[in-house]
Amino acid sequence: MVGVLAAETAEGAEHAAAAANWFVQNAWLIPLLPFISGVLTLAFGRRTPGKGPVYGILAVFAALVLSLGVLWSFVQGGGPYERTADWFTVGPLHLEAGILVDGLTAVMVVVVTFVSLMVHVYSIGYMHGDVRYTWFYVVLSLFTGAMLLVVVSNNVIQLLVGWEIMGVCSYLLIGHWFEERTNSNAAIKAFITTRIGDVPMMFGFFALIAATGFTTTNIGETTEAIAHGEVSTLFVTAAALLLFGGTIGKSAQFPLHVWLPDAMAGPTPVSALIHAATMVAAGVYLVGRLFEVFVVAGEDVLFVVSVVAAITMLGAAILAIAQDDIKRVLAYSTLSQLAYMVAGLSLGEEGFTAGFFHLFTHAFFKALLFLGAGAVIHAVHSNDMSDMGGLRKSMPVTFWTMLIGSLALAGIVPFAGFWSKDELLVVANDTGTTWLFVMFLGTAFVTAFYTARMVLLTFFGEFRGHGHPHEAPASMTGPLVLLAAATVGVGVLGAPQLGAVFSEWVYFGHPHEAHFVMWIAAISTLGAVLGIAGGWALYRQRKDPDPMQQALGPVWTVLVHRYYIDDFYMAAIVRPIRDRVSAGIDWINQNVIDGVVNGAALLTRALSRVVAWVDRNVIDGAANAAGGVTGTTGGLLKYLQSGNVQWYAVVLFVGVIALTIVFTRVA
Amino acid sequence: MIRLPLVLVFSALLFSAGVYGVLARRNAVMVLMAIELMLNAVNVNLIAFAAQLKDVGGQVFALFVIAVAAAEVGIGLAIVILLFRNRESINVDEVSLLKW
Repeated sequence: MVGVLAAETAEGAEHAAAAANWFVQNAWLIPLLPFISGVLTLAFGRRTPGKGPVYGILAVFAALVLSLGVLWSFVQGGGPYERTADWFTVGPLHLEAGILVDGLTAVMVVVVTFVSLMVHVYSIGYMHGDVRYTWFYVVLSLFTGAMLLVVVSNNVIQLLVGWEIMGVCSYLLIGHWFEERTNSNAAIKAFITTRIGDVPMMFGFFALIAATGFTTTNIGETTEAIAHGEVSTLFVTAAALLLFGGTIGKSAQFPLHVWLPDAMAGPTPVSALIHAATMVAAGVYLVGRLFEVFVVAGEDVLFVVSVVAAITMLGAAILAIAQDDIKRVLAYSTLSQLAYMVAGLSLGEEGFTAGFFHLFTHAFFKALLFLGAGAVIHAVHSNDMSDMGGLRKSMPVTFWTMLIGSLALAGIVPFAGFWSKDELLVVANDTGTTWLFVMFLGTAFVTAFYTARMVLLTFFGEFRGHGHPHEAPASMTGPLVLLAAATVGVGVLGAPQLGAVFSEWVYFGHPHEAHFVMWIAAISTLGAVLGIAGGWALYRQRKDPDPMQQALGPVWTVLVHRYYIDDFYMAAIVRPIRDRVSAGIDWINQNVIDGVVNGAALLTRALSRVVAWVDRNVIDGAANAAGGVTGTTGGLLKYLQSGNVQWYAVVLFVGVIALTIVFTRVA
Repeated sequence: MIRLPLVLVFSALLFSAGVYGVLARRNAVMVLMAIELMLNAVNVNLIAFAAQLKDVGGQVFALFVIAVAAAEVGIGLAIVILLFRNRESINVDEVSLLKW
């Protein structure tokens, strides 16, 4: 009987293995390759012709091929696959190293490797001649590996490792030009702000491990235990809220969103890869990977999530209107779009697919927009849109590709953003979450408006900068064209009219059936068109001051100061802590450390005195006494040494006689 | 055959004369001669006991002593000559430089 069961199990395992193709079974190669290329670049990059990008590009390209192989398995209808190896065991807790490949992972690895490859290629042109060119590629590869490690992880510890490596890489890349104080400050701000979210997240992980009775870190086993109600609801709720802290930090949601706009201090390709397409998506991915926790935690937690997302969504979109720095416009846009994804997930099972579809499309068009902005910055040597204008003639490729990206962002049919945004609206309508539906629509309107403003100020009107801008080199325009093609193409994967294959890959519970609602699509398109029209009316010709400034008056000032949130943090948290900490440390320094040092010195001095006394009196005394006694004795004995041979002989004879007498007596 | 005690008494007298010479004479040559007397007193003893005990070992020792005495006198006289060249005197009392 047992034998039969074992045979059946083996057969079942074999069957599961047959469903997963070679690429899925060896998905662990995908994160490994960029790590290897990072090490190779570090070791040999400077000596390689071209100074090192070749390793990263080849490795990421190979990873992209593997990722497409993984996705192919799911296109063919393959199921999830998990593979683990024991790492080590601590008491009852088995730590494992392993991969979990499901549809979500498959989509994520394709997005990450594709965008990363584009950024690797693009950076050849953008970073050309940089002082730390090779180092840039090292960190870029390392980052890609870390992100891929997060998406293929099957346990929370491994996920945390990748997560933290990403944090470090982000820090290093934001501060890539650390010679300027603002850049290094931005890097520190990003690192510390995300860390504030990471700490609760880590406790969330601990809570999950504790929930299984400290036996496993495996995500599948943990969520299964939670789904079967083996864990108390209070515990799950706490874990979900703590985990969401990590998302708030990494995906820059209110109130920890402040780091992302400042992170634009890094090189633009980095902004595209890390601060738009992938790393910030890791927070959303975290929610998706541990979605069971959120679902079991229930409505209240999901409501908190949706409130945070809604605030971020609209707040950030409005801020984007008042930015003059083209990268900051995109940064606030990223905040807003990430909030779209989080809000989508907060709608529960139905919103899961829609949220991730938006992540998927957004990664392509936001990377495209950032790289396009990078090309513009490269040409005019300024981030400020007041130095741009009229670039559509001198930079046609950049203009057309960015226009495609902008239309996708604004949500114009048939570009990618339209489909994903529409999907979110439909889900919000289906679940009856009217307030979120309104927020989505409002944000879509504002998004279209600031996108139009950005494109018009950059590419239309008269050129206001200096010199003669020229089109970027092929290494930069190539990725732009490819990303633009992707932006046009990926939308159809989720288009309900075309079967919405995306929802067959990425779903929670049961496959979500996407459907198309005409009136919703009409309303969202109307909102987007109104936004663009408003932008066209106000910004067709650049006016100084900004027309919105006159319209909004004091509100504009609030927007320019980013709702005073950064100032508030600075005044209420950073300065008090920093000042108190420095005052406290100063006090400790003055009193404790100096006290210890002085005390040690005083003690040493007192001890030295005692030792000196002992030295002078006891030890010197002993030495002197020894010398003195020896000297005196010698002085007395010397008189025996008269120099008279005959006197010696007398002593000798007397001695011999004396000895003779003594020995004869003794014998 | 001369009786052994007589020989021993003679030997003792000879040795005592030698000791006196070594301790009392000031002339270095005389001291050396006194040493020679002491050595020969020992030789007499050795021969006497060898004859008495019919053991040739005593005679062998006597021959050794004679050889050593010859060497010793050779060196001793050389020292005395050098001493005389430096000091124009061979009075052992005056040669007391090697002292404290």
